[in-house]
Amino acid sequence: MSLDVTAIRKDFPVLHRLIHDKPLVYLDSANTSQKPQVVIDALSNFMSHGYAPINRSAYQLAAEATDLFEGTRTALAKFINAPKAHEVIFTKNATEALNLVILSWGRANMKAGDTVLLTHMEHHANIVPWHMLVAERGIQLRWVPLTNDGQLDLTNLDSLLQGVKAFSFTAMSNVLGTINPVQQLCAAAHKAGAIAIVDACQSVPHQPTDVQAWGADFVTFSSHKMCGPSGVGVLWGREALLEALPPFLGGGNMIADVRLDGFTTAELPAKFEAGTPAIAEVIALGAAVSYLENLGMANIRRHEIEMSTYVLNSLTDRFGDDITIHGPTNPELRGATFSFAFRGIHPHDLSQVLDQANVCVRAGHHCAKPLMRILGANATARASFYLYNTQHEADMLADALDSASDIF
Amino acid sequence: MAGLEDLYREIILDHYRTPRNRGELDAPAVSAEGHNPLCGDEIRIFVDVRDGIVTDVRFNGSGCSISQSSASMMTSAIKGKPIDQVKAIVKKFKSMMTVDEDESPVDESLNLGDLEALQGVVKFPVRIKCATLGWNTLLDALTAAGQ
Ligand SMILES: Cc1ncc(COP(=O)(O)O)c(C=O)c1O
Repeated sequence: MSLDVTAIRKDFPVLHRLIHDKPLVYLDSANTSQKPQVVIDALSNFMSHGYAPINRSAYQLAAEATDLFEGTRTALAKFINAPKAHEVIFTKNATEALNLVILSWGRANMKAGDTVLLTHMEHHANIVPWHMLVAERGIQLRWVPLTNDGQLDLTNLDSLLQGVKAFSFTAMSNVLGTINPVQQLCAAAHKAGAIAIVDACQSVPHQPTDVQAWGADFVTFSSHKMCGPSGVGVLWGREALLEALPPFLGGGNMIADVRLDGFTTAELPAKFEAGTPAIAEVIALGAAVSYLENLGMANIRRHEIEMSTYVLNSLTDRFGDDITIHGPTNPELRGATFSFAFRGIHPHDLSQVLDQANVCVRAGHHCAKPLMRILGANATARASFYLYNTQHEADMLADALDSASDIF
Repeated sequence: MAGLEDLYREIILDHYRTPRNRGELDAPAVSAEGHNPLCGDEIRIFVDVRDGIVTDVRFNGSGCSISQSSASMMTSAIKGKPIDQVKAIVKKFKSMMTVDEDESPVDESLNLGDLEALQGVVKFPVRIKCATLGWNTLLDALTAAGQ
């Protein structure tokens, strides 16, 4: 079924905002997505009528809040096909989820000289914590290079994986849009005796996710990119691995007992959820999950393939060699996130000109500086499309790009 | 609404298209590198200071029209000037950009010349960091030169 984008747009109040009497063209969803009314209502209803602590009190208000909070966990487990709800851990964002796995797992399992395999298209959140382990433990990093059209170059994957303890990679690039063959990469990691950590931040909001079909060991993503509120990240891990993993943050909620001479940890998932969580935001994320499920993730993916086809064709037809769009040219191999260079105009200047037409794009290094160096740029402009974006908006982007040439 | 003509004044675009003092200087000149962590812009400023005078200054790196033109105009404004005058110009410029942090008085009589064209940047707050990148890097370079 194809998406009824006109109806979807009605669900997102901000899309009806006029700035300087002109409509908003929001093309920055790879950064963070807009929120549908059902999510805003869930947040505001809970704050107005249901707000209470979770897990700690016997009174009805708190019991209801706990049920709503745990309801999101159950819904998420189903959404990503996790075997068990308690394998779903809430963090503050995907960055914290990645730090949790990388640092806890790394400290418990890696010693000097041990090697991790990453790729050249990683976000800083999947690079810097590893660099921290390099400094702390003396581990070594290896990198999967890229092909000219921005895919992973898997020619030497098996030899790159030799002796590696963990393979940590993105399911979809936030710069190039490239969708990686997660299942194949997890299988290759396991064959080499490594665990597979998947940064699914860009992929979970845009296509169906099945962590079991992937065969992944740990998967991380963020609420705010999938129509939910900011302030919530998710870590999914295999039960046995989470059981074996030492706790990351210490404090309230994550303990079974505390004595003067030590502590014991709580069961999953509390073991990794120290302190008071983002209660209202987690509950509203539940509303985002049902919103996306009702539309159908496969339908969202199909819409984005159509958008990608249109964007790639229309921009190259109109601008030819004046535009360089990074990443795969085949819409089946990519999400609708496009980093590009245009007529030698610096991305910062470009985004400033686009802003005059309310076209919101990101300009910068997109938290992927190693990749930017490989692309030979220190910044790109990036337009990213989601379930509420239309072909008309892609045309408005193109018109706004044209107007940049009048200045530079 | 602040129009783009406030930002992209002709003199700014001229310095962007034809940067002055672009390049490098060999020792004994010293240099410093600056980054704008938000957007990835990079700049390196070289200064040659002799007998308390900035006898030569160059810049290289890559960035947007505002960071590049600001650096270009800066080099034109300070080349050949005594250190204390250079510091007064830096102070006046940062004050124009609303990012002058220390308490000492700004020399209001100083004429910034072409640099006044960058006044419009203040209406685009996210771009202030672009305009001041070269200037902060200059201060680092002067520190490296023992000033
Ligand atoms: C691929 C990827 N990984 C990780 C992150 C970090 O997510 P967050 O900023 O929500 O922690 C992002 C978000 O920018 C991302 O695109």
